Amino acid sequence: MRRFALIAVPYLWLLVLFLVPFVIVLKISLSDVALARPPYTPQLDFSAGWEGLKTFFSELDFENFVFLTTDSLYWKAYLSSLKIAALSTVLTLLVGYPVAYGMARAATEWRPTLLMLVILPFWTSFLIRVYSWMGILSTEGVLNTVLLKIGIISDPLMIMNTPTAVYIGIVYTYLPFMVLPIYSALEKMDESLIEAAEDLGCSRFAAFWLVTWPLSKNGIIAGCFLVFIPALGEFVIPSLLGGSGTLMIGKVLFEEFFSNRDWPVASAVAVILLLILIIPIILFQRNEQKAREAEG
Amino acid sequence: MRRFSWFNATSLTLGFAFLYLPMILLVIYSFNESRLVTVWAGFSTKWYGELFRDQEFLDAAWVTLKVAVFSSTLATVLGTMAAYVLVRAGRFLGRTLFSGMIYAPLVMPEVITGLSLLLLFIGIGLDRGVFTIVLAHTTFAMCYVSVVVSSRLTSFDKSLEEAALDLGCSAFEAFRLVTLPIIAPAVISGWLLAFTLSLDDLVIASFTTGPSATTLPIKIFSAVRLGVSPQINALSTILIAIVTVGVISASIITKRAAVAQARDEQAAIRTEE
Repeated sequence: MRRFALIAVPYLWLLVLFLVPFVIVLKISLSDVALARPPYTPQLDFSAGWEGLKTFFSELDFENFVFLTTDSLYWKAYLSSLKIAALSTVLTLLVGYPVAYGMARAATEWRPTLLMLVILPFWTSFLIRVYSWMGILSTEGVLNTVLLKIGIISDPLMIMNTPTAVYIGIVYTYLPFMVLPIYSALEKMDESLIEAAEDLGCSRFAAFWLVTWPLSKNGIIAGCFLVFIPALGEFVIPSLLGGSGTLMIGKVLFEEFFSNRDWPVASAVAVILLLILIIPIILFQRNEQKAREAEG
Repeated sequence: MRRFSWFNATSLTLGFAFLYLPMILLVIYSFNESRLVTVWAGFSTKWYGELFRDQEFLDAAWVTLKVAVFSSTLATVLGTMAAYVLVRAGRFLGRTLFSGMIYAPLVMPEVITGLSLLLLFIGIGLDRGVFTIVLAHTTFAMCYVSVVVSSRLTSFDKSLEEAALDLGCSAFEAFRLVTLPIIAPAVISGWLLAFTLSLDDLVIASFTTGPSATTLPIKIFSAVRLGVSPQINALSTILIAIVTVGVISASIITKRAAVAQARDEQAAIRTEE
């Protein structure tokens, strides 16, 4: 009996507040927009019994999904989100790998402090970290002022409200997610393997490429997914740093819902975003499982 | 040590400069007399004063704190239960669905979680406000808590629980007297994680709140949408200070606890000899 209650409480909570809402999104994505409150039809009417259920299902259609394919805004938003997420994942890897490598090679007594320095920004508000770049990148911002004063540039750089600002924002906010898994892979590595490779005639670079890189591969893959998956649906970064010129699907969904009040289309956008995300999520799970099996 | 070359030193310096400079600049400019970002007009704390006189910010801070305390506590209870079910309850009907529902919210885009919960609240005619934000935050935070707690549960020796049961404890007593003290550090860090996630959340709160409840992130977002605001710099500085003090003291406490535990274990081994 106790066991049943133990299982039932969190189970029911998640069913009602996670699964059911999702079914509702799916259902509304198949409904039509209406000038009413709630702004969609059909509504499920249980009092009409079986007949009501049948009319309800017959009125559902894929119209919104067809609409998404015809309006180029959505296509462009999905593609540009994929591009921005993929490119910023690569950039985060390029910035994060050397940091993780440096941490793993630092003296043992320094490592806990370095680790804490990487984790600390993670506990700091995401919103504030994104906001901190607004003062740096804007036309009259810190970066332009400094560069103009030194004389490197003669006209202020226009970074704010461009995709470049979004890349910087994603790399900055998601850097800890990249550094931590790579660091934990590198830290476990036996350093004598590199010495062996060098003794056997490898150059330092060859030793890195043939020994260190493959051994940190699981960490790299985990880090890349941990950046790519949330970056794809990102809302805060494109709306604060990207301006109107940067199209990302998270922002489109938000605006479709709150500004246009088109719930069925917003729901269809959400369903497709999730379908796109399923592939990287499954690949990520598989990688984690492999890593666990390799360890235990 | 041999491999700690200039390259490593440079990449660490640059990496940490990149991580910390924006926040340091934010803190510096919060003390700027001028409203403009770039013009330094002398040291001043006037923006802090304005912040504390702004009733809307104070109200938002209070709402945020309430939501965070309630949702993280509820999420810790539910998440610990869920972790226990995942690790200890063995097979039951719908176990795959259950673990799927625990892991899915971790990778779900916030816009989708927010949208789906709002549609649920509208569907069942629930008035939106503090209560609905608490429900929403509890739901996604409990998944984080259960991941943290279940990793601790899998790593400790199950025979300790079995010994307690053999010695006449009820299942609940065994949990309270044996399991809970062992997993306590994970439960506490789960609570802290849930608390921070709730304090930090903008997207889900924007979807699930009503006109009666504005949280601090919503207030900050609407204030900075149009550009840098010195008041928000001051607020950010306060939040950064709180987090820094919190994280550093937490790490000192865990370090001390680990040292104490190691000493106790040593002592135990010596007595056995």
